Amino acid sequence: MKEQNSFLKGIKDGIPICLGYLSVSFAFGIFSIQNGLSILEAVLISMTCVTSAGQLAGVPIIATGGSLIELAVTQLIINLRYSLMSVSLSQKLGGSIKMADRFLISFVNTDEVFAVSSGQSGAVGKRYMYGLILTPYLGWSIGTLIGAVAGNILPEIVISALGIAIYGMFVAIVIPVAKKERSVALCVALAIALSCIFTYVPFINKISSGFAIIICTIVASTIFALVAPLPPENNMEEVSAND
Amino acid sequence: MTENFFVYLLVIAGVTYLVRMLPMVLIKKKITNTFIRSFLYYVPYAVLGVMTVPAIFTSTSYLISAIVGFLVACILAYLEKSLVVVAASACGAVLACELIIKYFC
Repeated sequence: MKEQNSFLKGIKDGIPICLGYLSVSFAFGIFSIQNGLSILEAVLISMTCVTSAGQLAGVPIIATGGSLIELAVTQLIINLRYSLMSVSLSQKLGGSIKMADRFLISFVNTDEVFAVSSGQSGAVGKRYMYGLILTPYLGWSIGTLIGAVAGNILPEIVISALGIAIYGMFVAIVIPVAKKERSVALCVALAIALSCIFTYVPFINKISSGFAIIICTIVASTIFALVAPLPPENNMEEVSAND
Repeated sequence: MTENFFVYLLVIAGVTYLVRMLPMVLIKKKITNTFIRSFLYYVPYAVLGVMTVPAIFTSTSYLISAIVGFLVACILAYLEKSLVVVAASACGAVLACELIIKYFC
């Protein structure tokens, strides 16, 4: 099998991801400051996690001093999809990639990195993968720094407006897919209904945000995996949601 | 920054990394189980839905500006505009709304 192993091609393919990450992580930086984290804390989280949804769910737990178990289980559930992507990607890695490289590449196996590397015909090599993950990682870290700094110096009315940015991105990820896939639309609707119950219904709303996210996600996804399963032989790319 | 923060950081980064690293290092076989594949297919969308609603409505200074921003985001997302365009427009709508509230209400 032919192996794509050009570092420059990797860099080139990574730049659009990097630009997307700059804005998402900017919003994450703002969000972290709004939640009371410091600039350094926000940047450290981005540099060690490199995942939007997980980080967004984790910040309120960290900021409010929630339980470590809650934090761990939330991350496990939200990031579970990565294990599937890692399984898939592991089969595309060419002979130039050694065991040690797998430890590093998996660290930045985001939805977009997975999607782009899956899209290559044939195997992907070591130099290509390092090129591909380099700029998105930098974009993710630097964007967080800029957002966190901005969150500390911009006037309150601008911070308020930027507070909606990360949710705007989530809307932009979900709606186009929900428009095409009825089952996704219904699954999201169910998840949102459950989320509202956990927010507004007395007693139930005492359950902390992390556990509420876990419960709503598992219930909605399980129900739809049972009533609207994927057709067999489906390609892995379909699992890649944009992060 | 407290020592406590580093414990949280270790957990959030550690779990995220293990979830990605272990399968790539250990598993070489493809997952064929339809239920597991389907479950993992729905998870990202369900998570994003749960995290967005109702939290988006308290993400700005006023409920009304958040509703306007949410609607703008929904419409542009339905028209399949890019992530950045949708998010920036939602921010712009919130800002416009809050400026109106500040100076005219």
